[in-house]
Amino acid sequence: MSDSSLDNLPKGWKSVPNDLGSDQTAFKGVQWGKAMMWIFLLSDTFIFSCFLISYMKGRGSTVVDWPNTSHVFSLDFMGVPVPLLLIAIMTFVLITSSGTMALAVKYGYEKNRKMCGHLILATAIGGLIFVGMQAFEWSKLIHEGVRPWSNPFGAGQFGSYFFMITGFHGTHVSIGVIFLFIFARKVYRGDFDTGRRGFFTTMKSDYVSIEILGLYWHFVDLVWVFIFAFFYLW
Amino acid sequence: MNEKTEIDKNKEKPAQTHKIGIYLWIWGLLFVLSFFSYMVDWYQFQGILRWSLILFFMFLKAGLIMAFFMHLFWERYTLVNVLLWPMTAIACFVGLMVAEAKYTFFSRLIYFVLGG
Repeated sequence: MSDSSLDNLPKGWKSVPNDLGSDQTAFKGVQWGKAMMWIFLLSDTFIFSCFLISYMKGRGSTVVDWPNTSHVFSLDFMGVPVPLLLIAIMTFVLITSSGTMALAVKYGYEKNRKMCGHLILATAIGGLIFVGMQAFEWSKLIHEGVRPWSNPFGAGQFGSYFFMITGFHGTHVSIGVIFLFIFARKVYRGDFDTGRRGFFTTMKSDYVSIEILGLYWHFVDLVWVFIFAFFYLW
Repeated sequence: MNEKTEIDKNKEKPAQTHKIGIYLWIWGLLFVLSFFSYMVDWYQFQGILRWSLILFFMFLKAGLIMAFFMHLFWERYTLVNVLLWPMTAIACFVGLMVAEAKYTFFSRLIYFVLGG
């Protein structure tokens, strides 16, 4: 932030107690909506951490062998079972959509309405593809007999952690997709150029909203990085 | 503050943008790192090597996303601190639950497998 009033404040470590102990605003130069989104994401981090930690605890304490994930999540490609194929594609789709979102934020701040809109739409479509593949994966596993209480591959806890963690993440993706479509429409309509007031608020629209939406979307990608590492690869 | 000055304030606000190159670089790196972590499974690395590689690629990817895609690298230091210090609580919780999981595991071995 190159706000001139911020240049007079202390820098580095000293800025932390100075900012937090100051009047009116703790997060100087940070738009309030962005600070709120970050705090929401911090709380969401704790929820996802609790799920992943309980998964770690469940997997670490069972005396029955854990299902071999690279076998369970393998997909037949031209008659050959490829381990984790679908999960790898899902990972790449989500990273792609994260990249388009990052560029949408950049073009938004440059007031390039068309590019920003196209990129948000591309991000939304990426998210839709991801949710679609997850639905396919769920139905495949349910078809193979995976249930929250038992499964044919190994420890019974596997199903409950799988459905809980990927389901909660998929819900986040779905909510993100809905908001991406809403914001694509707002961008195309020019709300952020004219400062048109929102539906739920009397405040004027601003391109900083795109960055806030982007924070949420990148967070969804971030959580997937951890799920991919701990649940599918470990 | 009346409406006019509010609009003026918004107009004064400089748009903070970064060169497109940095996003494309991070994007490319994320692809490469994801490919490497997939390769960990492809080549069926096992044991310490597998776990350390998974964690290494995971933290690198998470760091890149947070620092550059989520702009934390350019964000005000107070916000960065407020967001990252709570992660130590999660790390403590992980430590506690590792101990708990081991305790439960050995109790089950003793009572289920050995039969008390």
